[in-house]
Amino acid sequence: MAAPMSNVEEIRSRVILGEFGVKNVHTTDFPGNYPGFDDTWDMKRFQKNFRIDVVHLDENSMEFDMVGIDAAIANAFRRILLAEVPTMAIEKVFIYNNTSIVQDEVLAHRLGLIPIKADPRLFEFKNTEEEASEIDTIKLQLKIKCSRNPRASKDSSDPQELYLNHMVYSKDIEWVPIGNQADVFADSCIRPVHDDILIAQLRPGQELDIIMHCVKGIGKKVAKVVNSRLDTCSREVLRHSDLKNCVKLGRVRDHFIFTVESTGILPPDVLVTEAIQVLMAKCQSFLSEMNSVDME
Amino acid sequence: MEVLGGEFGDMTPQELAAPVNTVAVKGLVKQHIDSFNYFINVEIKKIMKANEKITSDADPMWYLKYLNIYVGMPDVEESFNVTRPVSPHECRLRDMTYSAPITVDIEYTRGSQRIIRNALPIGRMPIMLRSSNCVLTGKTPMEFSKLNECPLDPGGYFIVKGQEKVILIQEQLSKNRIIVDQDRKGTVGASVTSSTHEKKSRTNLIVKQGRYYLRHNTLSEDAPIAIIFKGMGVESDQEIVQMIGTEEHVMASFAPSLEECQKAQIFTQTQALRFLGNKVRRQRMWGGPKKTKMEEARELLASLILTHVPVKEFNFRAKCFYLAVMVRRVILAQGDNKVDDRDYYGNKRLELAGQLLSLLFEDLFKKFNAELKKIADQIIPKQRAAQFDVVKHMRQDQITNGMVNAISTGNWSLKRFKMDRQGVTQVLSRLSFISALGMMTRISSQFEKTRKVSGPRSLQPSQWGMLCPSDTPEGEACGLVKNLALMTHITTDMEDGPIIKLAFNLGVEDINLLCGEELSYPSVFLVFLNGNILGVIRDHRKLVCTFRLMRRAGFINEFVSISTNMTDRCVYISSDGGRLCRPYIIVKKGQPMVNNKHMDDLSQGYRTFEDFLHEGLVEYLDVNEENDCQIALYEHMISKYAKHDTNGQKQPSWVMLVTACFIPSEKRRTWRSSPSRCWECVRASFPTPTTTSHPGTRTSALWASRPWVRSLCWACVVGFVSDTVCFILWCSGERVENKQVLVNKSMPTVTQTPLEGSAQPGQPQYKDVPISYKGSTDSYIEKVMISSNAEDAFLIKILLRQTRRPEIGDKFSSRHGQKGVCGLIVPQEDMPFCDTGICPDIIMNPHGYPSRMTVGKLIELLAGKAGVLDGRFHYGTAFGGSKVKDVCEDLIRYGYNYQGKDYVTSGITGEPLEAYIYFGPVYYQKLKHMVLDKMHARARGPRAVLTRQPTEGRSRDGGLRLGEMERDCLIGYGASMLLLERLMISSDAFEVDVCGQCGLLGYSGWCHYCKSSCHVSSLRIPYACKLLFQELQSMNIIPRLKLSRYNE
Repeated sequence: MAAPMSNVEEIRSRVILGEFGVKNVHTTDFPGNYPGFDDTWDMKRFQKNFRIDVVHLDENSMEFDMVGIDAAIANAFRRILLAEVPTMAIEKVFIYNNTSIVQDEVLAHRLGLIPIKADPRLFEFKNTEEEASEIDTIKLQLKIKCSRNPRASKDSSDPQELYLNHMVYSKDIEWVPIGNQADVFADSCIRPVHDDILIAQLRPGQELDIIMHCVKGIGKKVAKVVNSRLDTCSREVLRHSDLKNCVKLGRVRDHFIFTVESTGILPPDVLVTEAIQVLMAKCQSFLSEMNSVDME
Repeated sequence: MEVLGGEFGDMTPQELAAPVNTVAVKGLVKQHIDSFNYFINVEIKKIMKANEKITSDADPMWYLKYLNIYVGMPDVEESFNVTRPVSPHECRLRDMTYSAPITVDIEYTRGSQRIIRNALPIGRMPIMLRSSNCVLTGKTPMEFSKLNECPLDPGGYFIVKGQEKVILIQEQLSKNRIIVDQDRKGTVGASVTSSTHEKKSRTNLIVKQGRYYLRHNTLSEDAPIAIIFKGMGVESDQEIVQMIGTEEHVMASFAPSLEECQKAQIFTQTQALRFLGNKVRRQRMWGGPKKTKMEEARELLASLILTHVPVKEFNFRAKCFYLAVMVRRVILAQGDNKVDDRDYYGNKRLELAGQLLSLLFEDLFKKFNAELKKIADQIIPKQRAAQFDVVKHMRQDQITNGMVNAISTGNWSLKRFKMDRQGVTQVLSRLSFISALGMMTRISSQFEKTRKVSGPRSLQPSQWGMLCPSDTPEGEACGLVKNLALMTHITTDMEDGPIIKLAFNLGVEDINLLCGEELSYPSVFLVFLNGNILGVIRDHRKLVCTFRLMRRAGFINEFVSISTNMTDRCVYISSDGGRLCRPYIIVKKGQPMVNNKHMDDLSQGYRTFEDFLHEGLVEYLDVNEENDCQIALYEHMISKYAKHDTNGQKQPSWVMLVTACFIPSEKRRTWRSSPSRCWECVRASFPTPTTTSHPGTRTSALWASRPWVRSLCWACVVGFVSDTVCFILWCSGERVENKQVLVNKSMPTVTQTPLEGSAQPGQPQYKDVPISYKGSTDSYIEKVMISSNAEDAFLIKILLRQTRRPEIGDKFSSRHGQKGVCGLIVPQEDMPFCDTGICPDIIMNPHGYPSRMTVGKLIELLAGKAGVLDGRFHYGTAFGGSKVKDVCEDLIRYGYNYQGKDYVTSGITGEPLEAYIYFGPVYYQKLKHMVLDKMHARARGPRAVLTRQPTEGRSRDGGLRLGEMERDCLIGYGASMLLLERLMISSDAFEVDVCGQCGLLGYSGWCHYCKSSCHVSSLRIPYACKLLFQELQSMNIIPRLKLSRYNE
């Protein structure tokens, strides 16, 4: 690195927000990259520097700082949270009757997006070949029919008043226990997380009769991870020419702010622990792969 | 909108646009509906009046007289003589024509009796939707939905054989106007296309060697103008010159013409007529008494030359004046070369559905009457037991079929007017609501598309405010197909009687009372009404002024226009149909008449736009009158020209057409980006919002409202043969795969009725003709309809549905003509994200901006981002919108960068990106081009019968052609074996037997020419080559193949 020594500390630890672009975006503190710095991995130093500060935690969201870690590792957590934490979701929709104007496949798609409150840790991944069983599947039912409200006033034109059941909400979905599920999940009643998700609108005479199977799966968006809190980086200062030269905007390279928003199936702190476990499991399997390669 | 000051300044652009919403959307198809209403209520009666009596040559006592004619309400004939009203939607579904009976009241003689019959049907008239006779008029939205019809649908089209057909607006050069023109050699001439109900003709005035001649179709050669004058009864040379003009140079220019007349020894009317009689082109005689040549010439002058100038009892006075004015125009134009501009929009007239249909109906009605006359002539002389009753011979199908065929094919061919136009109608495009609306405002020009002319294609300044400056197709029809602007109105014909009376009362001196010299007085202006000379006026200013005051007061129709032409020293009054006009706010003493109160009333519905007209706040001006007025574009500009009588322009967005209004922030774009603007106008018709509120009830192609959710396609099966047996295998909601049978139809093998006597015993034989589903992906059956069409043929329609998610290769576009194909779909965790954790849906390469200059898209993003943060909508039409500066302030307020660029982290590495990314919401549409409909490959498959080469095109499962250029590449590369494989082995290789002796093709090892098999050898050549040899042989050319062994 040709940069003068005074700059080196900055290059190593800061991302510079310039007027027209971001500088020093990449992590460069590899061992041996900077003369005079010892960048070899050191567990003790890592333990000293690394910390997690939970700023905020409630049922649905959580915010914490993760400091002293490489961007790649932090990003791995983010990616796992987004894509690889298992959840229960509606996988199969059996439509026995659908006379609403919503087409079958659109209806099925809408149902698939409804988060189901069921702890995925208590279920197995479903083997596609096998029949649905109590250990891997939740059965839900939606059976509703719209009719005219006999008590509606004559000159009313408000559908709310005229019809009964004309709005189908997620609360209309009922859980049908299979096998011993009724006993096992007696206390943690399985149902959609939110009651007020509108699924379809009906008119008198139209009805829905649907059975749904939920299975455990991954790849569904459960969380949102965010990287900033302190400064929104509008870089407004750079517009004022008098300040431009005096100010230097930087970000601490190894300081990550996570905001985890859960869909409500699992509390966010559980999600994060799940994510860490997934990463650990991946590392384990990678290590064992490495070992097996060494053998050969 | 920085330029709207004063009273308009308090109003937001949205408020100003209010009249556009209320009036314009209706108004866009209003011209069509108005003109059709005028036709079926007024014009059709005039046509009947003009052809009311039929007589027979066989019996002078016999006659048939039409007393009245009506067009009824649309109905359908259920069975013999049982009809019931029909809804447009039923017609669409059952492939019928939405038409109403035309009935007449007649008076005729049967034997010696005189009989009056009422309400006799003579044919059926297709009815325009939402016209006065349509069942939809005056219905509430509730009743609309009962009829399965969309209340938002504008109407203005026809339903013919189940198809929605629009009659495009046709643009033409205006009739009955003198147009001074220059031909290619630079000589000046004048031409008039005269048109009346009975006749159409074109009269040219040309200059040859300083002399003036009249050229006309019916004259075998050009006739000297002076002789024409004399033929029309102006025998004195002095009178002729007086009419044309007594200025020195005018007289000098006309002298040679008089001299020529002198040389031809023609001094009297009789001599002139005899001279002309010899030049009349003989026409086919329609019977009747034979006329002498002189009579013929007089007839020609009276009725064929300048048809539109009325001649009563051979009083040629008015026609002489007209001709004199033509000559004078040409003489004056020669000096300073001020010829008329053909492309000037004031010289154009637009023909609408009503006019076109009235031409067609008149023709059919005349044919119908001629037929009746022919039948009468044939039958009356024969003695019969029953007396001749003409009613029995009135057949309905001639008029019905004539109308239906013209509309469904779009071919308007009228022999009487030598009119033969193709493509007058088009199928209404239902891709989106906008595209349907856009179709109604389309104007097609008469110019040939293939001709490379710039004049008629370029944007004329006089089109300003009348036609959309940006919506025109690219390519050959560029500039020839135009679109109406939002507020444009097209006039219909009006009674001119009251206008003539008014003009005379205002001091116009009748032309028939003048001696002729007055025409060229410098203090006098000529007054024209619809191309005819009415008279002269001394104080033209007063005339024009009073005329306009009367119009604003509502004493004359608001669409009558009056304008002065200072160069020609004329006042033109027009009340004819087909003129374009648009509303203007009247300005008095520097103040616009419309103020805030009026606008409030309008938006709250206390007043309508019509009230504005009646109260004299707003008036309609046509293109010619616009030229005569001072028009302020914006209010603050009024003071500059403060005069008594100015016109303010209303809402600037009225300039544009509907589709163009959907391009956000268009104003900010430079002129260079105007192609993109056109593209967006086109593309606004591609994308995918739903077109009706009742998509479920239609069985035709529709696109759903969510841009990337789904699309529908349709299939339709009609069984024609009466013995057809059909089994429908699928019911609604069922899923069909490729090659599955949709309708299992079988058909008798013998479809002709067997000849008498040879009746085959036993059961008829059937063969299967199933209709199966073709498609690379499965579809769902949305709907099945079983019905019968108007001919009682069995009709099955199946509506298929597919749900499509965006995939690689699908085409998307923003609203700025920035289209693109999806190249990669990335999982969410790999997408970059901004500080708030949002990851983008679409990533676009910024290189798309510099060359296309779609600044509007940049602004849409910025304003969209600010709007999202603020929770409000921004305004961004072509004429105004939020300023970038304010938007930036909003962004800064919410802690974003003022340029809209965000700090973005890569989703793959977790490190920030080196550049700031322009990040925000932009509206994207999915276009109808999708890979799923286009993907195609073939290994083997069908071959064309003639050449035995693979078929062409995806629909026929064709091969991909290795064309000339590809072949050249292979030749250049020297890949001869590949060439051989591509061009012959994989295509049309064919084994032929060739005789080595004669070189001709043999057959199964035997040469028919040499009658031997000893030299025959077998080769492989392309089948096309063999075909060529045989074709050559059939033309007496013998191609001989010389064979030699490859190893010799």
